[in-house]
Amino acid sequence: MMQDYVVFVGINIVLAWSVYVILLAGSLSFANGGFMAIGAYVSGVLTVKFGVPLVLAALAAGVAAGAIGVLVGFPALRTRGIYLMLVTVGVTVSVKAVIESIDYVGGIQGFGGMVGTTQWHVVALVAMVGCGLWALSKSPLQRILDAVREDELSAASLGINPVHVKLVCFGAGAFLAAVAGSFYAHYLIHVAPDQFGIVLSVFIVLYAVLGGTNNLWGPPIGAAIMTLIPEFVRGLESWRPTAFGIIILGLLLIRPDGLLAFRSITARARGIFVTKRA
Amino acid sequence: MDMAAQPILAVDGLRKSFRGLTALESVSLEVRRGEILGLMGPNGAGKSVFINVITGLYPSDGGAIRYCGRDVTALPSYVLARLGIARTYQNIRLLRRMTVLENVLVAIKDHASQPFRSLFVRNRSGGVAAAMALLEQFHLADKADRLAGTLAYGEARRLEIARALAGKPSLLFLDEPAAGMNERETEELAATIRTSHRLVEAIVIVEHDVAMMRGLSDRLVVMDSGRKIAEGNPADVLTQPNVVEAYLGTDGADD
Repeated sequence: MMQDYVVFVGINIVLAWSVYVILLAGSLSFANGGFMAIGAYVSGVLTVKFGVPLVLAALAAGVAAGAIGVLVGFPALRTRGIYLMLVTVGVTVSVKAVIESIDYVGGIQGFGGMVGTTQWHVVALVAMVGCGLWALSKSPLQRILDAVREDELSAASLGINPVHVKLVCFGAGAFLAAVAGSFYAHYLIHVAPDQFGIVLSVFIVLYAVLGGTNNLWGPPIGAAIMTLIPEFVRGLESWRPTAFGIIILGLLLIRPDGLLAFRSITARARGIFVTKRA
Repeated sequence: MDMAAQPILAVDGLRKSFRGLTALESVSLEVRRGEILGLMGPNGAGKSVFINVITGLYPSDGGAIRYCGRDVTALPSYVLARLGIARTYQNIRLLRRMTVLENVLVAIKDHASQPFRSLFVRNRSGGVAAAMALLEQFHLADKADRLAGTLAYGEARRLEIARALAGKPSLLFLDEPAAGMNERETEELAATIRTSHRLVEAIVIVEHDVAMMRGLSDRLVVMDSGRKIAEGNPADVLTQPNVVEAYLGTDGADD
């Protein structure tokens, strides 16, 4: 039971970070549920059908999803805002449809036999990704990502290639989602395409956004709370989705920038939105 | 051809139109090493479009741009920035939610051109000293930790210029740097521009302020309706009848 909590919270933390990495460069991705599915299936085939060790299979699945992410992202990241978001929705929907049509991995019945994920795999993954993101936050790269997110045009006139930066982040996010998906599948033993629908992608984005995307600690907080809340309101049974929805709305009302939005709150307190002279 | 004689920027027959509306009609000019070139003209003359095409914001419809002897006509803005062409914007574009220091740090060339390598460099504070020195020169060192969005107008202008210089460019474009400034602020700005001039090979300023342009520019180019109508030393150009008619006669009144 305890192990369930650790594994699911940990995997959701990594998923939230996979969205955060993409958000760092200013794009919102609803494709991460799709990338997670790619990770689950690619690593599952590798371990079950080819006997590849789990960690190796997870890495390979991550690389595969990252490559697909870059391929899809290249045309998509040239579009902006809502169009990019729609493309990422399309990714998730198509990944699911493609998996459903491949008999080799069981079609809509799903694919089984994946074993081997322990809570230590997940704890180690969370620790490693966390350390990586912490190192990033202390490196010059953080400022470059901030610049691209704030104003691509301005960044470009300083010699930064915004498309390149966004593309690498998109690929990195796809990689993380797929590695998380690999461990997820090898914990559940059996996965089916239905588990990776668009709702999952929306939830992953919510983890990050509710926690706050101004620093790397927001997404894990959001993921942990969102994973555990449904457990606590379980007694309400049929009211569970409603209670869950109300809690999300409440969080968005009370902390519109996320639970851990230090930076933008300070920024607003200092009045940064009102200095432009008439 | 020896290096000193070769212009840093040579623009030949540059054309640009928007939905059939001609903004630039075959504009040719040279920017020489060591000079401050003033670019003047009434509103809609095409000065800003000219800068925006040169710095890669808009593609040109024809003509050639050579920078240090190299054809750079179709290059995107980030490549031009890496080659040493920096600019500021008419409506200041700072990274408002980042600090003053961060605005300068982000422009440091090694990081800006290879962002993901910067994740692995050991010497992470290397740029701070240089950035602070630059802020010092522009009298912004005491505001290094403020958010850029909280700066006063004149300070924001100075920061934008300092940031443009952080990438060690050779050629600097300033798009209406004195817009919305009073006389005292304009004088301070002129001092800032002279400071900048020591750090780059050439500066091109687009500006309305006649007094400032007369004082700062080594040469003046005047544009009207997308064409160059005069070029030469400021004193001569500003007394040319067609310049007086096209520019000073109409636009000088409302300044």
